[in-house]
Amino acid sequence: MISNHLPVLQVVLPLLAAPLCVLLKRSSLLWAFTLLVSILSAVIAWSLLQQTDAGIISYAIGGWAAPWGIEYRVDKLNAYVLLIVTGIGSLVMLGGRKSIEQEIDSKNLSLFYTAYLLCFAGLLGITITGDAFNVFVFLEISSLSSYALISLGRDRRALTAAYQYLVMGTIGATFILIGIGMMYMITGTLNMHDLAQRLPEAGSSRTMLTAFAFMFVGVSLKLALFPLHLWLPNAYAYAPSIVSAFLAGTATKVAVYVLLRFIFTIFGIEYAFTELPLSAILMLLAIAAILLATMSAIYESNMKRLFAYSSVAQLGYMVLGISFLSVTGLTSSLLHLFNHALMKAALFMALACVMYQQGGVMMDNLKGLGRRMPWTFAAIVIGGLSLVGVPLTVGFISKWYLLLAAIEAGQFVLVAVVLAGSLLALIYVWKLVEQGYFHSGNESITRQEAPLSMLIPTWLLVLANIYFGIDTSLTISVAQTTAEQLLGVTQ
Amino acid sequence: MSSFFDLYNYWIFIFLMMTGFYIVIAQGNLVKKIIGLNIFQTSVFLLYISMGKVSGGTAPILIEADVSYSNPLPHVLILTAIVVGVATTAVAMALIVRIQKAYGTIEEQEIHEQDASL
Repeated sequence: MISNHLPVLQVVLPLLAAPLCVLLKRSSLLWAFTLLVSILSAVIAWSLLQQTDAGIISYAIGGWAAPWGIEYRVDKLNAYVLLIVTGIGSLVMLGGRKSIEQEIDSKNLSLFYTAYLLCFAGLLGITITGDAFNVFVFLEISSLSSYALISLGRDRRALTAAYQYLVMGTIGATFILIGIGMMYMITGTLNMHDLAQRLPEAGSSRTMLTAFAFMFVGVSLKLALFPLHLWLPNAYAYAPSIVSAFLAGTATKVAVYVLLRFIFTIFGIEYAFTELPLSAILMLLAIAAILLATMSAIYESNMKRLFAYSSVAQLGYMVLGISFLSVTGLTSSLLHLFNHALMKAALFMALACVMYQQGGVMMDNLKGLGRRMPWTFAAIVIGGLSLVGVPLTVGFISKWYLLLAAIEAGQFVLVAVVLAGSLLALIYVWKLVEQGYFHSGNESITRQEAPLSMLIPTWLLVLANIYFGIDTSLTISVAQTTAEQLLGVTQ
Repeated sequence: MSSFFDLYNYWIFIFLMMTGFYIVIAQGNLVKKIIGLNIFQTSVFLLYISMGKVSGGTAPILIEADVSYSNPLPHVLILTAIVVGVATTAVAMALIVRIQKAYGTIEEQEIHEQDASL
């Protein structure tokens, strides 16, 4: 009985839980409640992924049949993204309590958890819905709450970062709204499945081109695709540590999903890649993102900003994988979607530990950290190595597939770009290692390890980085079937 | 030329959109930027309302069977977008109030100078 309603519960559960947070006052209660909701959502996402083995799940909201009513449509691709979002959300929340208590005013705590759950519900809604206008609504739910979350950072620059993100995010969302409107003008439908059938029938027209352009730029803004990434470094750097960990692991991943959905399912490969030179556009932007953002990361002295720039570069790898338009390329993008979420959540959680104990995440705070906080620092080093793509970590698996895709396509320049990106990443990871292990700072070093409640979730994420780097059966099989579904390749 | 005037509401949409966009980029005052953003969002409302209009159509309220009426769906969609616009403005204004308290100014240039001098 209840298993029939899982698609709607996925969104409704956190959405209804959010305002209930206002009623709770005690910090421990709020935390336990939010954690419970996150874990339940993860369980729902997991069982949805199992159900999609049997085929696509279609859920009509309120019993109104699609194309008229709003349809939630779950296939392998969004079940996979749902699992990433809920899994990361649960692990981050598991370790978040102490850090949140320290960084957020106690009078704002219940509102903080409300905004967090709203953002969570919004991200899940974008992913699960099969209605184009619904995407816009959930996008705004998640965006508005993330502006509020970012502005709660203790540094006053968090306010300007949130404001800048608000302006750019609203422009992006409005572009998406214009794109959806034009698609509706052409076809008279908002249902994605319906759009996918009617748009190719309508043939290419100037309206369609305009709709595509608005959608693409709007989603790219949300995705922080180079050169539209300017909001991201500051937003991640000055947000509360837990918010950075959550957003870095989920928000941009959902934007990548929206891009995939609109390009592959709705507009179709034929239109996007044959009639429009999308492949070349994506490739150029991805190369620029990989090289330039990694270089910006090298010169950064605020570690949260450093990893934010590295996020922009890693998104470049995902987009590069899409641009090959091959099963291997898309598999590498989807793998990296999962793997990068694991890496960045682990790294930002470790930085939350550093912030908790040292009160800052500048390079100077790192001096001698290898001895003061050995476990936290080891987590940062392993996460960093995963970013570089060292074997036995998840980063290696996605880079490996990306290289295979580049070789398959005969693009040896791109092989060089990916390798150069990894080498450049090694420079900034080495900078961290040097500070942590070889600069002792002051002589009297006392151990100040982060509390276990934060350390254990961080290490769970780090171990996941290693586990999925060795046992790749789950991730690769899901990524591969999804890639084949998207490209319409029959097995 | 006649088609130019036939589609005049779309020209207004484009004009308002570009005006709003220009204000967001060119203005240094945070409140004025938000006003620009509002004009930008409002222009999209006009796009949606225009596309739902059927010439000669009436409002779809308690109509006879064979009367032509305007498409209500885009109008309903835009109600949602209006709510989103109001919420965005409210969040932006709240942020501006806090920026004013933290920096003592709402001019972008002065905020950058204060951050750079840290």
